[in-house]
Amino acid sequence: MYVYADNAATTSLSPKALEAMLPYFTEEYGNASSLHTPGQRAAEAMMEARQTVAAAINADFKEIYFTGGGSEADNQAILSGAYMGARKGKKHIISTAFEHHAVLHTLDKLKKEGFEITLLPVHENGVVTADDVAAAIREDTALVTIMMVNNEIGTVQPIAEIGAVCREKGVLFHTDAVQAVGHIPVDVKALNVDMLSMAAHKFHGPKGVGALYARKGVPLVNVIEGGQQERGKRGGTENIPGIVGMAAALKESVEDLDHDMAYVTGLREKLITALSEIPHSRLNGDREKRNPGTVNFCFEGIEGEGLLLWLDQKGVAASSGSACTSGSLDPSHVLLALGLPHEVAHGSLRLSIDARNTEEEIDHIIQAVPEVVEYLRDMSPVWDELERGLTPHLI
Amino acid sequence: MALYSETVMDHFQHPRNVGEMPDADGIGEVGNAVCGDIMRMYIKVKDGVITDVKFKTFGCGSAIASSSMATEMIKGKPIEEALELSNKAVAQALDGLPAHKLHCSVLAEEAVRAAVKDYYDKNNISYDPAVFGCDMACAHEHDHAPAEE
Repeated sequence: MYVYADNAATTSLSPKALEAMLPYFTEEYGNASSLHTPGQRAAEAMMEARQTVAAAINADFKEIYFTGGGSEADNQAILSGAYMGARKGKKHIISTAFEHHAVLHTLDKLKKEGFEITLLPVHENGVVTADDVAAAIREDTALVTIMMVNNEIGTVQPIAEIGAVCREKGVLFHTDAVQAVGHIPVDVKALNVDMLSMAAHKFHGPKGVGALYARKGVPLVNVIEGGQQERGKRGGTENIPGIVGMAAALKESVEDLDHDMAYVTGLREKLITALSEIPHSRLNGDREKRNPGTVNFCFEGIEGEGLLLWLDQKGVAASSGSACTSGSLDPSHVLLALGLPHEVAHGSLRLSIDARNTEEEIDHIIQAVPEVVEYLRDMSPVWDELERGLTPHLI
Repeated sequence: MALYSETVMDHFQHPRNVGEMPDADGIGEVGNAVCGDIMRMYIKVKDGVITDVKFKTFGCGSAIASSSMATEMIKGKPIEEALELSNKAVAQALDGLPAHKLHCSVLAEEAVRAAVKDYYDKNNISYDPAVFGCDMACAHEHDHAPAEE
């Protein structure tokens, strides 16, 4: 048995989405900007997709801008908010320490351009509070950008409350909802957001396509200059198969949402309960405020990459926030933001499951993880010192 | 996984000489848990020859494989020969390591030297400190080239 438990990295393409996409590679190959019949057919398909995506998040179709993925949507939203603020002399942006790099690196770029960035703490449970946001907002705050669901630990942020604070103070608010859309209810009106990013491949759509929701009246700046596509806000011939596939996958995800949330939450609880029994393990992120499918643990005395390689051998695809897997000296910035010491953060494991996982697959994971943890601890000098009491256990 | 050579995966999955050695003649430990890798090497020495080696490693797949390969390369060898083991030789024997993992082979080389130094110190065997270069305090000053995700 091989279990794919890395759905926060990417998901399989839904067969329905694939079926919807296929004609747009072959028979329906028109350019949506063309006036002839094939072009207009492509334009119609794109309009239908735009309406489907808009409906899924309670937006108007004119508020949906298709992009080349979640990162591009994040870049465009943040740069738009920043440059709009700068025109009014506002050059302060609020975000959090555990955003995706698409957000953090865009903020780094803006910092070099003279913007001041406040990264809010995410507390030990990985949840930002609306009070933290309210306290950080200043006269010159141009934008607040806070993710809806953290990609590594799965904690859900109080977006509606934060949005209400931003509305009250007249500050633009963007949320990176890449890990939320298709997994939990997302209603842009109820959430009080001005901009929201999503990526198709996180909800069984194709890779390389995403969307930015921008509320009517929010002026966007271009990340890609070109023709008049996407109301002139995103140049380049549209990825019609991708856009059609994204809409089909999102429609399916939203239709199945209630059922899937309950089912996946059940599997997740089983997984958390079982893995918590491993001695000196720790569930990362708030126990309650989490999305249905993400489970993140630290196991003391072992390193994450070895854990992943062994799990792969035993038929489990997972991910880790260890330095070796990030390719840098430091372990995941998300785990460090929770206040975890480096040596603990190195031993992290993320399992992200979804509705396509079965109970048997969860049982397989529950059997494999403790075996691998025990094996690696057996050969770990760090574990040896912890067990002999030479260094204190940290978890 | 294409990240590692078959030899690396073989040593990772079937590490040679893994374990402890209660009656070791020399023990060397290098690395740092904060950085994510620690190697501990135990050696048994008889008549100037390393008769047995064991290791324990906290670290990624290439750290475990490098430790395993290094133990194979020094087992049964005279101490002087073990001291000549280079990180390059370890990496070559593993059929190469990804660039950002080369420091794992450096750690393996350093672990061997630290174990020999411990053996010398414990047995009051005089040696030229220059053989060990720096005093092992720099054990972790190897290259951690950051890579893009």
